[in-house]
Amino acid sequence: MSVPHRDDFGARIGMWLFLFTEMMLFGGLFLLYSAYRSMHPLEFHAASEELNVVLGVFNTLVLLTSSWTLALSLTAVEKGETRLAKGLLAATILLGVVFLVDKGFEWSAEFRHGIYPNGPELLKRAPGEVLFFGLYFTMTGLHGLHVLAGMTLLSVALLKLAQGEVKLGNSVFLENIGLYWHLVDVIWIFLLPLFYLAA
Amino acid sequence: MNMNYLEPQGRGAVRDWIFSTDHKRIGLLYLAVMTAMFWVAVLLGVLMRIEQLTMGPTIMTPATYNAMFTVHGVVMIFMFVVPGLPAVFGNFLLPIMIGAKDVSFPRINLLSWYFFIIGGALAVASLFLGAGAPDTGWTFYVPFSLRTGTNVSLAVFAAFLLGFSSILTGINFITTVHRMRAPGMSWHRMPLFVWALYSTAWIQVIATPVIGITLLLVILERSFGIGVFDPAKGGDPVLYQHLFWIYSHPAVYVMIVPAMGAISEIIPTFARRTIFGYKAIAYSSIAIAALGSLVWAHHMFTSGMGELANTVFSLLTFLVAVPSAIKVFNWTATLYKGSTKLEPPMLYALTFILLFSIGGLTGVMQGALALNVHLHDTYFIVGHFHYVMFGGTGFAFFAALLYWFPKMFGRTYDRRWAFAAWPPLFIGFNILYGSMLLLGLQGMPRRYFDHLPQYHVLHVAATAGSWIMVTGLAMLFTTLLRGLLKGSKAPADPWGGLTLEWTVSSPPPLENFEAIPTVDRAPYAYNPGRTS
Repeated sequence: MSVPHRDDFGARIGMWLFLFTEMMLFGGLFLLYSAYRSMHPLEFHAASEELNVVLGVFNTLVLLTSSWTLALSLTAVEKGETRLAKGLLAATILLGVVFLVDKGFEWSAEFRHGIYPNGPELLKRAPGEVLFFGLYFTMTGLHGLHVLAGMTLLSVALLKLAQGEVKLGNSVFLENIGLYWHLVDVIWIFLLPLFYLAA
Repeated sequence: MNMNYLEPQGRGAVRDWIFSTDHKRIGLLYLAVMTAMFWVAVLLGVLMRIEQLTMGPTIMTPATYNAMFTVHGVVMIFMFVVPGLPAVFGNFLLPIMIGAKDVSFPRINLLSWYFFIIGGALAVASLFLGAGAPDTGWTFYVPFSLRTGTNVSLAVFAAFLLGFSSILTGINFITTVHRMRAPGMSWHRMPLFVWALYSTAWIQVIATPVIGITLLLVILERSFGIGVFDPAKGGDPVLYQHLFWIYSHPAVYVMIVPAMGAISEIIPTFARRTIFGYKAIAYSSIAIAALGSLVWAHHMFTSGMGELANTVFSLLTFLVAVPSAIKVFNWTATLYKGSTKLEPPMLYALTFILLFSIGGLTGVMQGALALNVHLHDTYFIVGHFHYVMFGGTGFAFFAALLYWFPKMFGRTYDRRWAFAAWPPLFIGFNILYGSMLLLGLQGMPRRYFDHLPQYHVLHVAATAGSWIMVTGLAMLFTTLLRGLLKGSKAPADPWGGLTLEWTVSSPPPLENFEAIPTVDRAPYAYNPGRTS
């Protein structure tokens, strides 16, 4: 339609609806997790002990910090301080990179031990542990993809900020990306206790 | 006079269409693709019926038969009945009916169509590529879907994309209804079709992601062997069934609720009477959306869930019949003492009520646990499902097409031929699917490529019915096609409808309304002096 139409409130509704769909997407996985954990409580406990709690907690702090810098960036835009906003947004993206690198180290360590889907070492284990790691790789992998998608969107927001398309009085784009990033953060907050702290 | 939306917009014929963010053009894009896919699936259905014409192999191998019922199901469900009314009539009419110039997110609307055609192309490709057409049935039940060497991953990914398309449409519709209503268009002045689309959109948004993740897990399982659905590694196939039906049962309401909405538009127009029980119909759509998401496990009474779960889901299943029945009673009450006029849309709408009632009641029968064990996985299910989905949604789709055709294309079709198509369609339909109900009661299992002698007579009858029905279908589509090409110009309001789409010219102007209208009355105010 050629009529320019701007509705920030509508855009926010759209984003929240999309976040519902994301929650339901991960909800299916959380449902599987709950069912399998109640079937194999001991094996989930044993498998969880093999995950590196320090790296998990470190990543949690990284993501929480990134949500903080993003919130600051949005506030900076709303105060008209574009330079500061750009710096904070870049910091957010950088923290996303840190998260993924850390995650990469974790995964590769597990792979070296033969712990990966269909891995020789994993298949020797009890079914409950196979399921635990199956879910672990699926859920952290899917979450990682969401981090990657979030970083892409944040980069677009940075570009728009630089070009003046996101600015004081027109920041709903950044705001919506922020909502998405916070959701990705919140999902991780659930993944941490379910996988790393279950032991 | 204002330019109408079908006139060229100066980017060339193809680009005017495939890059258009006009909700009306997108609706027609969906209609074109869906009609094509519908006929592909009809053809597969006819071939399956020919296979059952004789005992033993008739025209295909058992493996081909398995592929056919799988692709017939996938295409019909994900590419015709689920998107059917929302994507075509919802896109075209929702903004006009609430007095808006477009949906909230026009570009996302176009994007959802691209997901739709890419998904559709992949589904068709899965038929022909390398490993052969998927043979799991449209339900993709594990563990077979993990073991079979056919193109399951591709078909499942196609369904995933089609689901994403459905989600985007849902998000668009909810936001549009909340944000784009014209001044005075309060919730209780919205046409019932809009209420139905709104309820449906919520199901699409909430339920579809669950099938999304389930299908992704099937792909991951097949590609990497993660184990969550693989019994050899401790996975539980019953959990797959739960996740599958958590979406796929609500999905049948995605298929039927907009159909009910269309019927709620057609009945008052041709009864010249305000709808009986407006609020009851509106809120029963919401009730169906809510209750319908709590009945999924009635597909699994024979999967070994346990007595308590079976009983609870049986009870909930009986309950979900109530809001549907509320609608049926309200439609019939609207007809009572109305000045009814039998035009083609009305004929097909009335047929909907009859066939949907048969489909609904045979569904309630299966909610009873003892009977369900006998009927599970028989032709009774197939018959019931087609009564609801074809007799229900299909006929409502035809009724909606006949009703809004003059509005959408600005041309009329030949009423006599639209009437003439009905007897073969209706009679063939009942012979075909009525035979299936009887076959199921006698114990004929579904998805078998062959049958025993005691089922032979009814199988032959069903096949004959399929030919009669397809004749009717061909007559109907030919009539519409001729109307499209050669029909005389349609007036703005050929049926005497009162909702907003009838206040604009046929076809509608490019931007729907020159000035956004102000609404000061209920949608079906045929009886002056009454407010609802």
